[in-house]
Amino acid sequence: MNILVFVKRVPDTESRIRIQHETKSIVEEGLNFVVSPYDEYAMEEALKLREAQGGTVRAVSVGKDEAVVVLRKCLAMGADEAFLVKDDSPETYDGLRTARIIARTVERKFAGTDLLLFGKQAVGTDNSQVPAMVAELLGLPQATVVTKLEVEGASATALREIEGGMEKIVLSLPAVVTAQKGLNEPRYETLKGIMAAKKKDIPVVKLEELGFGPDELVSQVDVTGLDVPAQRQCGRILTGEPAETARELVGLLRTEAKII
Amino acid sequence: MIAVFMETRDGKIKKSSLEALSEAKRRAVEMGVETAAVLVGDAVADLAPSAFAFGAVKVYLIENKTLAAYSSQGFTLALAAFVGEAKPAAFFFAATAMGRDLAPRVAARLGAGLASDCVKIVVKAGALEFTRPIYAGKAFLSLTLRSRPNVATLRPNVFPLGEAVPVAGQVVKMDVTVPDGTVKGRVTEVIKEESAEVDVTEADVVVSGGRGLKGPENFALLRDLAAVFPRAAVGASRSAVDSGWIGHSHQVGQTGKTVSPNLYIAVGISGAIQHLAGMSSSKVIVAVNKDAEAPIFKVADYGIVGDLFEVVPRLKDELKKALAE
Repeated sequence: MNILVFVKRVPDTESRIRIQHETKSIVEEGLNFVVSPYDEYAMEEALKLREAQGGTVRAVSVGKDEAVVVLRKCLAMGADEAFLVKDDSPETYDGLRTARIIARTVERKFAGTDLLLFGKQAVGTDNSQVPAMVAELLGLPQATVVTKLEVEGASATALREIEGGMEKIVLSLPAVVTAQKGLNEPRYETLKGIMAAKKKDIPVVKLEELGFGPDELVSQVDVTGLDVPAQRQCGRILTGEPAETARELVGLLRTEAKII
Repeated sequence: MIAVFMETRDGKIKKSSLEALSEAKRRAVEMGVETAAVLVGDAVADLAPSAFAFGAVKVYLIENKTLAAYSSQGFTLALAAFVGEAKPAAFFFAATAMGRDLAPRVAARLGAGLASDCVKIVVKAGALEFTRPIYAGKAFLSLTLRSRPNVATLRPNVFPLGEAVPVAGQVVKMDVTVPDGTVKGRVTEVIKEESAEVDVTEADVVVSGGRGLKGPENFALLRDLAAVFPRAAVGASRSAVDSGWIGHSHQVGQTGKTVSPNLYIAVGISGAIQHLAGMSSSKVIVAVNKDAEAPIFKVADYGIVGDLFEVVPRLKDELKKALAE
């Protein structure tokens, strides 16, 4: 089975986000970048499937040269190959643009892929758009936010998280699947893996190779504002006897906050 | 026209779809355009009156046996046909599991950009401006979309539900054929959680626990507290989930869910930045923690410094009393 795993380089979840107001962008200086956490579940699932059924696992990232770091991590985890689709544009927040790049890359470079794995969303932009858009552009079925995946022959069964339960989805391959936390426990890279990953070549796919028309990659999104939320005011802190503080709190929720 | 997709579950339109419809109505009135609702399924005609009640002037009805169960491909085909026919200026979905699965697919088919998980929509110079959290709420991005229709998903529990007014409207029936072989993936089963509790993203009250609970068994305390309220759910911090004390579907924060209930009660949660990101948009935040220096108190409207094992049962009793009055 040939599997593609799409990964994105994002600031880690402990990051404090600062805004560059003139350019309406995030200040990248001082941030620690990692593989988007959900992409790690996707990567792990691909490796498990390869171990069970054979085949290849290729990691792909769309982004600037810096994204090579997250691709090296994928190689260190066990990916056979990694590819950078070089896109120097700053974050557009436009999922369709990225989806078009990915769909075209798959068509031109990775024909014969059985499974396209993504994280359920990139931590940061939090769009949850690209995988389903890629599925539509390629005419493939999808299962998003998946916590269990079984592949047998040319068909897959996925459990996907919905409000208050799960949906079971049966898909014919090739298909797009997005990983939710709980799908698996991502492995750590081994020292041997890290050393081997350093020596591997990471081919670069240029946007020009993908034959886009002049308007196809224009962002549909115009950013009109970017801000951090107003700091919540520090509230009222109650100390003392538990029974007393509980009574006082309920009184405040009723008379002051007026929510009960 | 602003159109809204009506998600149905268990033979009813979801509340979050009606919230999206209510918001569509408010913005449509401002823009001087009409509001429409779209129902897709096998036998869903009976649901049109509730869409009219929440502001739809027209209900587009796409009924077809092959659309009885949800499939992203089948529903995308149906909704693209609707857009072709009605040419709405904007098309809203609730940002539910189904809406998040479906809206990007529909947008891609239409070649349109998508504003995901919006928490605010305003009309500026005749166009819609969407505001949405990024970095799980550490920042907010406002944007406009160049493409028509403007496709957007609206976060549940954020936009107020309009008042239901029983009025009649126009039902527009559309025939959509789903050719054999179009749908290559479909839902074969819906498995409900045994407890049948509301999801943290849809609850009015969320009671969350962290490391301070000391073990999985003590989540019972929080379930008891949540049970006092009509639409409450139990949430958890990442460390509680990673310790295996509760399922990840309960996790609130940057690698879990972002919630905005009326009341968020954080019990034994210190308040790591990635947790705060997921719950800071709650209307009222209460924190119970024995450490007076815990960062959670910086975002809490009300805090109790004390032993949660003593405070929570008493809080439950007091709330019960207050709610019974």
